Amino acid sequence: MQEIKKDYVPNIVAFCCNWCSYAGADLAGSARLSYPANVKIIRVPCSCRVNPSFILKAFQQGADGVILCGCHPGDCHYVTGNYYTRRRMALLFDFLNYMGIEKERTRVEWVSAAEGAKFSAVMNDFVKTVTELGENKRLTDLRVKEGE
Amino acid sequence: MQRIGVFICWCGSNIAATVDVKRLAEAIASEPNVVYSADYQYMCSENGQQLIKKAIKEHNLTGVVIGSCSPRMHEATFRKAAAAAGLNPYMVEVANIREQCSWIHKDIEEATEKALILVRTAIAKVRLNAPLKEGESPVTKRALVIGGGIAGIQAALDIADAGFNVDIVEKNATIGGRMAQLDKTFPTLDCSACILTPKMVDCAQHENIDIISYSEVEDVKGFVGNFSVKIRKKARFVDETKCTGCKVCMEKCPSKKGLNAFNMNLNNRPAIYIPFAQAIPNVAVIDPEQCLKLKTGKCGICQKFCGVGAINYEMKDEFIEREYGAIVVATGFKPIELTNFGEYGYAENKDVITSLELERLMNAAGPTNGVLLRPSDNEHPKVITFIQCVGSRDVSGCGKPYCSKICCMYTAKHAMLIREKYPDTEVHVFYIDVRTPGKNYDEFYRRAAEQYGVDYIKGMVGKVYNENGKLMVQGSDLLNNEQIVIPSDLVVLATAIEPEPSVRKIATLLTASIDTNNFLNESHPKLRPVESPTAGVYLAGVCQGPKDIPETVSQASACAAKVIGLLVKDSLKTNACIASPNENMCNGCSQCANVCAYGAITYVDKEFRLGGGKTEVRRVASVNPAVCQGCGACTVTCPSGAMDLAGFSSKQIMSEVEAICKR
Amino acid sequence: MDFKEELALLNRISGTDAKKCMKCGKCSGRCPAYHEMDVKPHQFVSYLVSGKLEKLLSSKAIYSCLSCMACVERCPRGVAPANVIEAVRQSVIRKQEGNAIKAEDIPPIITEEIPQQLLVSAYRKYNK
Repeated sequence: MQEIKKDYVPNIVAFCCNWCSYAGADLAGSARLSYPANVKIIRVPCSCRVNPSFILKAFQQGADGVILCGCHPGDCHYVTGNYYTRRRMALLFDFLNYMGIEKERTRVEWVSAAEGAKFSAVMNDFVKTVTELGENKRLTDLRVKEGE
Repeated sequence: MQRIGVFICWCGSNIAATVDVKRLAEAIASEPNVVYSADYQYMCSENGQQLIKKAIKEHNLTGVVIGSCSPRMHEATFRKAAAAAGLNPYMVEVANIREQCSWIHKDIEEATEKALILVRTAIAKVRLNAPLKEGESPVTKRALVIGGGIAGIQAALDIADAGFNVDIVEKNATIGGRMAQLDKTFPTLDCSACILTPKMVDCAQHENIDIISYSEVEDVKGFVGNFSVKIRKKARFVDETKCTGCKVCMEKCPSKKGLNAFNMNLNNRPAIYIPFAQAIPNVAVIDPEQCLKLKTGKCGICQKFCGVGAINYEMKDEFIEREYGAIVVATGFKPIELTNFGEYGYAENKDVITSLELERLMNAAGPTNGVLLRPSDNEHPKVITFIQCVGSRDVSGCGKPYCSKICCMYTAKHAMLIREKYPDTEVHVFYIDVRTPGKNYDEFYRRAAEQYGVDYIKGMVGKVYNENGKLMVQGSDLLNNEQIVIPSDLVVLATAIEPEPSVRKIATLLTASIDTNNFLNESHPKLRPVESPTAGVYLAGVCQGPKDIPETVSQASACAAKVIGLLVKDSLKTNACIASPNENMCNGCSQCANVCAYGAITYVDKEFRLGGGKTEVRRVASVNPAVCQGCGACTVTCPSGAMDLAGFSSKQIMSEVEAICKR
Repeated sequence: MDFKEELALLNRISGTDAKKCMKCGKCSGRCPAYHEMDVKPHQFVSYLVSGKLEKLLSSKAIYSCLSCMACVERCPRGVAPANVIEAVRQSVIRKQEGNAIKAEDIPPIITEEIPQQLLVSAYRKYNK
């Protein structure tokens, strides 16, 4: 196993719903509210489009944290999508915790299109939390991190 | 093999200041599948778009990635440009290197590195993109209005005037709704019937309007532009085409003890009746619970006296099936039941009445012919006390948490009318707040207090009890810090209103979203206030939230405008990014149909070849492309992984994840 | 006890959220002991919201409230004025000493129908 590098930066995948959180991220950008560059966003139509296997894939491919952002409960663009997300992720994160992937590495947040500041704050906090936890080794296909 | 072109935008210095665009374009050029890579100052400009179009043609590009601002900004622009160059617009992906990269980072190295990953991610996605096409679905040029109150009438008239056919389905024997029961209307005090009944007649005479009265919506299938609705026409026992509305049957009917619902049960009507004089259609109906002939088989007097032979005791419920392009829900309201409010003594005292009952007592066509007489002894009441907010703004569980909105104004109206007609009457009003926003509304209320001398008391009533025939109203007068008792002859409760309970069933049939108070939800509280989130369904009147007549009429006309806007189209473009099942993997479990908020998924039996000439019939999911909104809930819930979403397929997202995680 | 502690104590003992009050006065409209009270039921709630504790603690009304709970029953906002009165009463009595009933004297007099709140408040009052 590798030792944690001194200048360790975690790799973070953020799934953002197109209608709220992705727009919230855009707003954070327009307001120049910075958050670490290691957060990379994948746009999905709704948080309920995120299959648990995408999150497993991310960890397998060497992600250190995965965050899922959707509309606030009750505000889903597709009426009920984020409720499905909430239930699915509660189960998945418990399962991941059992597998040794700390609960702090996974998170669901509700960020509306108007909450640029919240988006930036959430990302800063999440990166900080994951950085403290260090590199994720569970589930990881080690070939990915050991380099090409 | 995809041939991908990558275009990096500088966005002036917005991107170029923090992302080394030249280096980015060069680095990307060596990515697999990338055959062309360029950078330009403003990709969204005319010249930038020309650059894209030219490259698509010259390099035979099959996919395009644009590193620029957010796709929410210019995705449509770039897709249009690609389409103009003959490329399917859904083969374009945008990497957001402005809002989500250059604007939030300061270090050029860091930002360029991130931009590279973001563009790679977009390339990874585009490799798996497939050309998509928006579907088309035809529009049936006919509208259905559910509910024949003022909301339904106004919506129907406006739609019909634009030249479209409209059907009004009304569950009662006549259209008119609650407004027909009112005496006068605030703030102008014009007579309700005088302004409503001409509109009812207009409806009946309009060549484009078909009134289907005494009927209920039984089933709704289909989707925007293509609804198929089953309507139950309840047995009226009177032939609508023959009845002339002469009312001879009403005079001759021996069973006269039915409660007159139109008059809020304050007097009686015969078993065969026309709800009120101006009813539309002006046709009798028999109450089967009360009719002697239908209950015991002995009587038949009305049939004997009917000059046109309209009575038919054998009549059965009928079903009508019709196609519609749009549906307006205008189901209206009812006052709440007062069973939870024992303190006001409504159940024990005949002279404690609701405001709607007072409307009937003051109406010239009401049980007292417009003379205000109290129900217990038909005497003129000398002291009348109004109690506002009965059941409104109540979070204790007894009433409704919302403000019913109309009570302040109609109580002021009642108080004013009584003081005007019977100046020797003393009128008190207990209020918590008087809420009168609206044109000429506060002036109206102040007139009641100042000009007509109505006694407004800030405070609430704690109990009403009967003492030697007087109704003692005990309440607090907060401004004087006193507890007072007003001996009254008549007590009027400004009862909260709630949506007509049948709206719940209709919401289920339409898969229209509904809140905990049974009000239908609008698509957006400010910007789409008359549309239901379910496409093709529109909301008018109190079914969407408490409102008065002017607001209801405006909303109904707004609905009509939306419906007309839909019906003038010959076909609708449907969302291209929709779900579809892999039928070989689908096991017909119904999980996806259960999570679909739009009812877009149905099941069909389909024949599959097994080889060797054998076939098998299996039940598989089928997505209606006109209804699917592309949220993807079904794709995740599908246990066999058969369901996938075009434009955001599982494979595409997986490869995006891979591209991001790769170091 | 300073102002903040006293306020917190009253809020805690009453267990009700006085800010939910919409100032309709139904509590005072229903109160059978209204005329005996110097501070009226709605004022107990209102003074608690505005923090006028000296008015509450000096009121005589805490000994005239019947604890009939009519105000609690009728409040449309789920506020419990009687509980506020009871909280003030307790706070006042706790500052005096030696006037509370002994725990062992309670069980024999209790029947199942007696509301708990009534029991507690009645003991506070008649044990002076």
